[in-house]
Amino acid sequence: MAHRMNVLVCSGASCISNNSLKVKEALLAEIERLDLKREIKVIETGCMGPCQLGPVLLVYPDETLYKKVQVADVREIVEQHFLKGRPVERLMYKSPLTDELVHKSRDVDYFKKQYKIVLANCGSIDPESLDEYIAVGGYEALGKALTEMNPDSVLDEIKISGLRGRGGGGFPTHLKWMFTKNEKSKEKYVICNADEGDPGAFMDRSVIEGDPHTLIEGMAIAGYVVGASKGYIYVRAEYPLAIERLEKAIAQAKETGFLGENIFQTDFSFDLEVRVGAGAFVCGEETALIHSIEGKRGTPRPRPPYPSASGVWGKPTVLNNVETYANVRHIILNGGAWMAKIGTETSKGTKVFALSGTIKNTGLAEVPMGTTIRELIYDIGGGAPEGHEIKAVQLGGPSGGCVTPEYFDTPIDYESLTALGAMMGSGGVIAMDETACMVNTAKFFLDFTCFESCGKCVPCRVGLKQMYGILDKITKGEGEEEDIEALETLGKTIKATALCGLGQTAPNPVLSTIKFFRHEYEEHIFEKKCRALVCKDLISYEINKDACKACTLCAQKCPVDAIKGERGVVHEIQQEKCISCGNCYDVCPFGAVMRLSGEN
Amino acid sequence: MKNLEELRKLREKAQKEIQLRSKDARIKVVVGMGTSGIAAGAREVLKTFINEINQKNLTDVIVTQTGEKGMSSMEPIVEIHEEKKPVIVYGDMNPSKVKKVVEEHIVNGKAVDDYLISMEEK
Repeated sequence: MAHRMNVLVCSGASCISNNSLKVKEALLAEIERLDLKREIKVIETGCMGPCQLGPVLLVYPDETLYKKVQVADVREIVEQHFLKGRPVERLMYKSPLTDELVHKSRDVDYFKKQYKIVLANCGSIDPESLDEYIAVGGYEALGKALTEMNPDSVLDEIKISGLRGRGGGGFPTHLKWMFTKNEKSKEKYVICNADEGDPGAFMDRSVIEGDPHTLIEGMAIAGYVVGASKGYIYVRAEYPLAIERLEKAIAQAKETGFLGENIFQTDFSFDLEVRVGAGAFVCGEETALIHSIEGKRGTPRPRPPYPSASGVWGKPTVLNNVETYANVRHIILNGGAWMAKIGTETSKGTKVFALSGTIKNTGLAEVPMGTTIRELIYDIGGGAPEGHEIKAVQLGGPSGGCVTPEYFDTPIDYESLTALGAMMGSGGVIAMDETACMVNTAKFFLDFTCFESCGKCVPCRVGLKQMYGILDKITKGEGEEEDIEALETLGKTIKATALCGLGQTAPNPVLSTIKFFRHEYEEHIFEKKCRALVCKDLISYEINKDACKACTLCAQKCPVDAIKGERGVVHEIQQEKCISCGNCYDVCPFGAVMRLSGEN
Repeated sequence: MKNLEELRKLREKAQKEIQLRSKDARIKVVVGMGTSGIAAGAREVLKTFINEINQKNLTDVIVTQTGEKGMSSMEPIVEIHEEKKPVIVYGDMNPSKVKKVVEEHIVNGKAVDDYLISMEEK
């Protein structure tokens, strides 16, 4: 008997960390108890996207979206909804705009502006079931390529589609494939870069966790085009669930004959292997990644030769990102012209963005290229929480730059973002409001890239450290007039001289914050002021004598006994003792402690 | 996996399992599953609908449930929703009546007058 109801439990890593697997166990137990097992099927899916609502349940055919479901809610859902047909309204999604219940998941604002190609299966099929992948047309693109097309005609479709690398660089995919195809070698390789390391980016992880077969199929098609019979997927070790599901999917594909010898009874043979990286950011750089696969130290080398001529084991290699490969099967099934219709003049198709920071709806969103930054962060992301205002978004993580509200109507594509001094990067979008200090933000990213620098070339190893030192000085109130210029000179020099992409882009967050928020740098340097009240050394605390009720709470919590006063005697902070830890500010029940910066 | 044809056959079989998740159904069968509905045998009615629809391989029909409608004496109550047509409400249903409704109404498009309670314009 087929089921009358499908309950999709999001088991992306975010929902799992919010207990979604325990919710699933409870659902199964309750369904068993009410003897509904043959009527209702519970399916674990990949990430559905709206991570801040997790754990998320999606119930078909009703399309009810339940949010923040906990084990204690399960009994009510099963008894009331699954058995008696009364959806549990208190757990349903409410529109933040109208405060009304949203009865169908397709009407949730977060999903409405999205256009899902890469994420189409994420959150709607069971990633561990090959049957479900086949049910949505899985491996038909591979079958079609192998039996009805030839490598040239497949390459043509990729060319027509206009697909470009989704890892950040935006290099035309068909060119990469063509260069590798044209190399004369019996041994060639296909590599997938799943070493997703940008803070705030998690789309590659979600694609692998939610739809691993799509990646396998895309890579096999690439292998067919370039003439490779072996591929590697390089995944960082911090993604255990992605690795587990990928290994499982590869085993299923081998067993069914989508990988292995003579696929679809043709001459084409292809095998895949997962390589687990140790979590070095630089290994996302292609030559470092290749060294790491070979078992060597993960450091980059100068190019050329490019991997298409000399890649892993010195053989011609095509290397793309997860999201790039995930587009391939759709292009083969629908034709390159189909994708070429979506997007802007230079950038075709969609891009997945990971929304985070001070924004209402954090999570994954896939939109057509050409969507404006405003649509992305307001219509989908819901804007800043009440009472706050977004002052900038950081696009492209530590390699990208920030964009300010006057540019929010820019349609997103590779060129427009680069022109703004940001970049597509892997698609990380971090929203910042007035509580973010831009100097400190730049310092945060530089701290990250300094730590992740492999040390091979001087500009990156020494230059970034110098920049970090200056930023550190500025945030401590020791900035000097010439610091901004020094940062700009260093930044430009490092960009021009560093060996690989890590160093060449690492100064971007500093340069772009100087460009758009120079006044914040100047305030730090000249007025010793941090307007966001973030930089500890520039903040002082004072007690408002009129508001203080002399309760002694702050004095009790002060770690350095800097607060004078006793019960009935209004308190006072002794500035020479105060270390600006902020404890008094946090504990005062009357809001009498004031945080000040740059006042004297 | 030998060829595309074999893959497509496999796909057809597999699609049945996930058809609930495809967006649009031609007909929606809604069974009243309030307490009195269940007491009057709505569970059996629901199961029979699912079985019949499966056996006849009607991929564009979904079966779902709703709460009390307020006409306890007529339970189990079933509504048939179809695009651009009035909602047909049947009362006092049982498994054999379900078979007839599937055969005559859902497959052949003719409502079964004998079981009809009302036709509701949307």
